[in-house]
Amino acid sequence: MRFKSLFLGVFVLFSILGCSENKIDSKPTVNIWHWMTDRDPAFQELAKKYESLYGVKINFELYAPSDAYSQKIRAAAQGTNLPDIFGILGEKRDFASFIKAGHILDITSYMEANNNKWKNSFFPKALAVNEFSKGNSYGIEPGIFGVPIDIMTIQMVYNKKLLGQLGLNPNRPPKTLQDFLDIGGKIRDAGMQGLVSGWGEVWMVDCLANDYAFNIMGKDKVLATIRGEVPYTDEDWIKVLSVFKQMQESGVLAQGLVTMINKSAEQIFANEKAVFAFNGSWCVNVYKGMNPDLEYGAMLPPEASGRYPMSIWGGAGSSFMVNARSKNKEEAVKFLVWLTDQDQQAYLAQTTNNLPANKNSLSKIPEVLAQFARGMDYATHPNVWGVSEFSLVIEALDRGIQSIIIGEKTPEQVAGEVQKVKEREMAKRRAK
Amino acid sequence: MKVRESLENYTFILPAITIFSIFYVIPFIWVFQLGLFEWDGISFTKVFVGLQNFKEIFFQDRSWWQSMWNAGYITLIALTFQNILAFMLAWACDREIRMKNFYRVIFFIPPVLSEVVVGMAWRFIINDIDGANIINRMLMGMGLGSLAHNWLSDPNTALTTVALVHCWKGFGWGFLIFLAGLQTIPRELYEAARVDGANAWQSFKKITIPLMIPVVVLVAILTVLGTMQVFVLIVSLVGGEFAGHTSVPVLRILASMRGSSRFGYACAQGITFGMVLIIISFIQYRFSKKGR
Repeated sequence: MRFKSLFLGVFVLFSILGCSENKIDSKPTVNIWHWMTDRDPAFQELAKKYESLYGVKINFELYAPSDAYSQKIRAAAQGTNLPDIFGILGEKRDFASFIKAGHILDITSYMEANNNKWKNSFFPKALAVNEFSKGNSYGIEPGIFGVPIDIMTIQMVYNKKLLGQLGLNPNRPPKTLQDFLDIGGKIRDAGMQGLVSGWGEVWMVDCLANDYAFNIMGKDKVLATIRGEVPYTDEDWIKVLSVFKQMQESGVLAQGLVTMINKSAEQIFANEKAVFAFNGSWCVNVYKGMNPDLEYGAMLPPEASGRYPMSIWGGAGSSFMVNARSKNKEEAVKFLVWLTDQDQQAYLAQTTNNLPANKNSLSKIPEVLAQFARGMDYATHPNVWGVSEFSLVIEALDRGIQSIIIGEKTPEQVAGEVQKVKEREMAKRRAK
Repeated sequence: MKVRESLENYTFILPAITIFSIFYVIPFIWVFQLGLFEWDGISFTKVFVGLQNFKEIFFQDRSWWQSMWNAGYITLIALTFQNILAFMLAWACDREIRMKNFYRVIFFIPPVLSEVVVGMAWRFIINDIDGANIINRMLMGMGLGSLAHNWLSDPNTALTTVALVHCWKGFGWGFLIFLAGLQTIPRELYEAARVDGANAWQSFKKITIPLMIPVVVLVAILTVLGTMQVFVLIVSLVGGEFAGHTSVPVLRILASMRGSSRFGYACAQGITFGMVLIIISFIQYRFSKKGR
């Protein structure tokens, strides 16, 4: 009898515990995968806050470095076990492939609800990166497929102290290419280093080349080149490539720039060994960590021509997408709405020194970050052009620019080689 | 009875065959199969292109063959400089010298370090802006200031510099295997040779070298396989392919996967690269058999 009572007691106890456990499990959990090491503590903090407010558990999982994250996302996509929310690293083409495979939810209706309330809170250029317009070349139905978490611009920064030591006004960085080139001699004489950047990793070379292409020939001609209507041997492209030759000859580029990794470039600039750097707005956080006393400002790349305005790469720095196959879609969208709200965006900007995607959260950011934010007026990005260049052509162009900088090839030779690759790739496309 | 014995034997090796098939044979076949498709690595649909990817690799992709050439150059330096150094040091440590255990530990430190760490450390040693510029300072100290320059950013020296750093990192493996091989040579052979009047060089030539040939072949095969696949060191030393001067096959495969999103083509490159390595290893093995 005593044994029976004990057995029943244990059974009841386990039943109660089991029920309470079930209750905890019934709370939805939104899983998010990301690669942003610097933002992870802030994300975790916001996740706790959201759970305490709405009872929904948010599980941020960090997978770094970004290369490893990128592979993980692709593998998960193949196995259809993507988390509720994730980010995509890569070009617009990759983004389109994810959408075509049915992995990403079209969030246009959420964005446009309540008279576009959510949509209007973002910088339009940040949203454009996540948008596919009507008649896009990727064959995607028009819509918005991602939520920008922060924005970035890639510009030049200058060290105020070193500029002063060169006898220049520390608050008036060079505006034209000629002014910039003229500083080269002074930099050389003073034994300083000029421009540093991660040009060993090539994509940043491509970025500056595009800036000058927009400045020298305008957006329409750049896009016409991508469509194959203007050859890379065109006079304007030669001018773009010649900018790098002029920079090298003037001494304004740092030694060993072509094999420099961005981390080294950031270290050199933060240690006040280089006068200029070409870097993204994320550098504000990096420089703060390396040298909190560094006095610097952000500037647009000096103009090579007055015909067209200078453009810089900018837009959404990182974005989150909602898994179209997730059973927690609604909860995921709700969380993203909350995450991109003014207060949360201001918190992220203050703690991580990244530019907020919400345009109403700019009031409390440091001055240098505000300078980067002002660059958004000049921002463009390959992901919003609607057409994309063949990756082998981009590779040939980047490698060619490296060859120009080390004096191995002339701008004309590089232009000829790039055009050959372009013609080969276009022939391949036609054959398909 | 005989059939039963055979079955028993097969049962014993079945786990090994199963694991080998699951982790080596099946992935190899699968990768080959993917090499016959045009695929972006994300979509569920793949377009069958037959041997088109392989045709492109063999007849159009000059960057690929340049990368093979570069890897071959690094391998040549590793096969000669690295292995001769490893052999000489192993030979020295095999003799009765003071602190030989200390040397054994020291020589084995570089191989256990991560390639990223080695790359960053050597970048610091070599570079002048973000480093200590030690090499150039030494050259200037020796009155060879005209040779001082940026070793990693000069197309004429970048690949050789990478190769030498790779040798520094890798010689410890060869050292360890050579040392183990040298210790298996019976000491009596050397004593008998000495009694017969052989000098150190004759003992080395007539005893050490012939008995070490199988070990040399093993080290050579491992060196080729390891060196041809180098890429992490290159990324941490020069950031990537440096206008093609430091391009190697693994970097090209990565570029196809990540840069162009051509997974099918990357798989075809991987298969081609694997076949080249197998052929080289087979040739080395055949030569060593002939040599014996």
